[in-house]
Amino acid sequence: MTADRQAAANRRGASDPALRRGLTTRRGFLGAVGAAAGAAALAGCGIPGRGGNGIVTQADIDEYWHGRSGKGHINWANWPGYMEDDRSTIKAFTKETGISVTYKEAIQEAADWFGKIQAPLAANQSIGFDLMVVTNGIQFTELVELGYLAPLDHHRLPNFARYASAKAKNRAYDRNNIFSIPYVSGITGIAYNSKYVKEPITSIQQLFDPKYKGRVGMMSDSQELGNFGMLALGIDPEKSTEDDWKRAREVLRSQRDKGIVRKYYEQGYIDAVTKGDVWLTMAWSGDVYTLSSPDVKFVVPKEGGTIWSDCMMMPKTAANPVDAIRLMDWLYAPQNNAPLTEYINYVTPVPAVQDIIRKDAAEASAKDKPDLDRLATSPLVFPSPEEYAKLRTYRSLSNAEVPRYQKVFQTISQGA
Amino acid sequence: MTTTLGKPAASAPAPAKRRRRARRDGLGLRLYTWLIIAWLMLPIAIMILFGFNDTHSKQNFQWEGFTLRWYQHLFDKGDLTRALWNSVSIALLSTVITTVLGTFVGIALGRFRFRGKGVTNLVLFAAISCPEIVMGSSLLSMFVSLDLPRGYWTVLIAHVMFSISFVAVTVRARVVGLDPKVEEAAKDLGAGPVETFRLVTLPMIMPGVLSGALLAFALSIDDFVITNFTSGSTVTFPLWVYASTRTGTPPQVNVMGTLIFAVGVLLAVVSARRGRRT
Amino acid sequence: MRRLRGALAPYLMILPGGLWMAVFFVVPLVFMFSVSLMTGNIIDGFKQTWHWQNYTDGFHTYGDKLVRSLWYGLLATVACIALAYPAAYWIAFKGGRRKSTYLFLLLLPFFVSFVLRTLAWKLVLTDNGPLLGPLRNHGLLPSDFHVLDSGFAVVSGLTYNFLPFMVLPIYVALERIDYRVIEASYDLYASRTQAFLRVVLPLSLPGVFAGVIMTFVPVASDYVNSEVLGGPNNVMIGHIIRTEYFDNSSYALASALSFSLMALLLVGIFAYARALGTEDVLEAAGR
Repeated sequence: MTADRQAAANRRGASDPALRRGLTTRRGFLGAVGAAAGAAALAGCGIPGRGGNGIVTQADIDEYWHGRSGKGHINWANWPGYMEDDRSTIKAFTKETGISVTYKEAIQEAADWFGKIQAPLAANQSIGFDLMVVTNGIQFTELVELGYLAPLDHHRLPNFARYASAKAKNRAYDRNNIFSIPYVSGITGIAYNSKYVKEPITSIQQLFDPKYKGRVGMMSDSQELGNFGMLALGIDPEKSTEDDWKRAREVLRSQRDKGIVRKYYEQGYIDAVTKGDVWLTMAWSGDVYTLSSPDVKFVVPKEGGTIWSDCMMMPKTAANPVDAIRLMDWLYAPQNNAPLTEYINYVTPVPAVQDIIRKDAAEASAKDKPDLDRLATSPLVFPSPEEYAKLRTYRSLSNAEVPRYQKVFQTISQGA
Repeated sequence: MTTTLGKPAASAPAPAKRRRRARRDGLGLRLYTWLIIAWLMLPIAIMILFGFNDTHSKQNFQWEGFTLRWYQHLFDKGDLTRALWNSVSIALLSTVITTVLGTFVGIALGRFRFRGKGVTNLVLFAAISCPEIVMGSSLLSMFVSLDLPRGYWTVLIAHVMFSISFVAVTVRARVVGLDPKVEEAAKDLGAGPVETFRLVTLPMIMPGVLSGALLAFALSIDDFVITNFTSGSTVTFPLWVYASTRTGTPPQVNVMGTLIFAVGVLLAVVSARRGRRT
Repeated sequence: MRRLRGALAPYLMILPGGLWMAVFFVVPLVFMFSVSLMTGNIIDGFKQTWHWQNYTDGFHTYGDKLVRSLWYGLLATVACIALAYPAAYWIAFKGGRRKSTYLFLLLLPFFVSFVLRTLAWKLVLTDNGPLLGPLRNHGLLPSDFHVLDSGFAVVSGLTYNFLPFMVLPIYVALERIDYRVIEASYDLYASRTQAFLRVVLPLSLPGVFAGVIMTFVPVASDYVNSEVLGGPNNVMIGHIIRTEYFDNSSYALASALSFSLMALLLVGIFAYARALGTEDVLEAAGR
């Protein structure tokens, strides 16, 4: 500090000699450095790895379940909008089984959730939940690979064996349903607001049409975004190679740089398309069905959409696995699943629910009947085999591939 | 943030002519100020208004008529209520802890000369000017390195951490302005250090302590960034609101926002009134 | 004995709070710095390898976001000064008896949750909202015109959110000026402009400086506004740090970015504080 600067500061009467001394004296500085060095020794030990725990044998499963019994309580973490507002499904479960349930809408985003539960699971501590619902994406694979999930005892899942649709069993992301069974499935397609879009939307190419400049919404999730880039190029995402990813990236990048994309949405696209900020956007089927106005339509584009599943699973540190697995199975009984499906409007893994809803519709009052009819016949809730044929699944990424994949597609939504 | 307003500036009467001119060109500035106030109010007004919106869809942005429904059903959303409760209880706890710890730091800094004072000031200053995201991410780095699970308690720890310096600085400002002779007089009259503190020092610095406490409460209940990094699976009101944009923010959120706003305004007005009286 | 206790008193008073700050503020920064030099991933774990390249990688990949954050920080800070100074001036000198009421009105946004006020501001800016809706309905706007999801929306949101931080210190500085000093300048035949430029402005500068610190740092490191109000070309560094922590679990890179951000901002501030003194800054912060 030069002399006249110092003088100027003093003149203002604003200097703090104590602070300045702390900043500038050698002793103060050395003291700070010493303290920092001590803490550094503490902090220098690294963060241990936890990989390679994804392989499970029957013996492991038996060992996990050996000697466990129910305690009459479940802590359940789920996504918002995945349970009736009055929680009637849970109440019915408690009434029937005597098991109480603490239900929290604790999961808003898969990656975020993973980041939050990773530390306690790594330390083999409870995350406060016995049951959670996670999408079959990158984070699910990581949870499996890290050995954070409890293997399921299928002897305790008779309803699942009996009522689950073929599409809910033995998928590539979890062969033999060792760790998970679906809660609901959903379709990623295109939603558009018919107040503004005056032509039928049938193709992914329309998301790339310059006439919708500044009116297109895309998802920021790298798997969702990457899938649509690949589908636009006619590539099946499930079988894609790294070169395909890069080609898809170029297409998506030019879509962005032409100003067609208004925004990459983590979550807010429903709000935007309902208000008319965007006119057409990538969307999840159930959201459109329940959350937006009648002006907003949902289509599965002719190039195909993707189907994903939000799956029920238990962290290995669950305190009440016996109760939790009972609830998982209970939800697969059609009469228990039907009210839930009527509320959340996603694809149910229990096809027999369709008959129940049809019956409900036949008996319903005039007010509820149209809704139930619409639901019972909706291809978004009960896709027909032809529609299923149009749907693609996510690519299962190995641990080595994940960062490379993320790097390719994350840059798009980050504007690079 | 609470307002401890200074005394009105002592203004000697200016010559009449100049004063008239001053008033005239005060008009433009006056308009400007009111425009800014209006701009600041607009979003607040919208927030309050849409708490009364008789909406029937899950999206709450189109005016569909007036209702008090959301006030009656304020606590219908169990998770939202729990989030609000988390926020309120964390704010209360952290305010109590922060006020106690921060007040002592403030008194020590305002009253004593001692070795290490410079470093303490430095840390306080750094904490006040440190970006929130850096505090949040560094705490997360530590928790991750030590394999500590995050949750309610880590949020509380973080909130106390970032509010201490504000309380300390507020109290220090008050202590510096005190006349040490009053305490000396108490000691001369035979009061021990504890009695002096309880009967003399504390009452004198009380306004500073109170406004520090209010500040700590406001900082805590409103915090988003640091909470986001340290919360684990615990959800607070701001986190819930932010996440709710996915499925549509329910009108109850507006109502709660309105109520928090009302309480904050009320507290500030009361404390300003009391501050003026003492 | 009594003297010893007297000498110990400040340490005893500092101890609990100081310990808290040391353990939960200083030590975490050291941890973060340590993590920022590690290599690895969440599956295999992170090891301390003194990998300084994390920093160069971070700058190389996300330098543009860092620059943008500082740029938006600058824009919003300047906007805050432009809005706050005249208003604070008017209140301090012309506010009369209702000074504190006016000031209170300017500080009102503080009482609304930060996230809520950002969402409310979004509702104002939306294409068919109260500002643009009427214009659009009258066909005055091209169809792809929008304010929401643009840099302007982000900067306006930041300005809105942090304006009170600027108003307060400037007001405090202006309010402290003894009016007689200004009168004296008139008596010495200063014009009104001269009186302002040579008396009022210099005396109020510490308040402006304090305000700059109080706004620039949180603005430049914010991510809520750019996430809610911005489009693809308005991503700020805070969002990247969050993504790297939570979405990618790349703790090392995220820590390096976070540490760089802090270093950039704090070095600037400390240089500033050393040059100008910090008492005012701290005091203004506490009000």
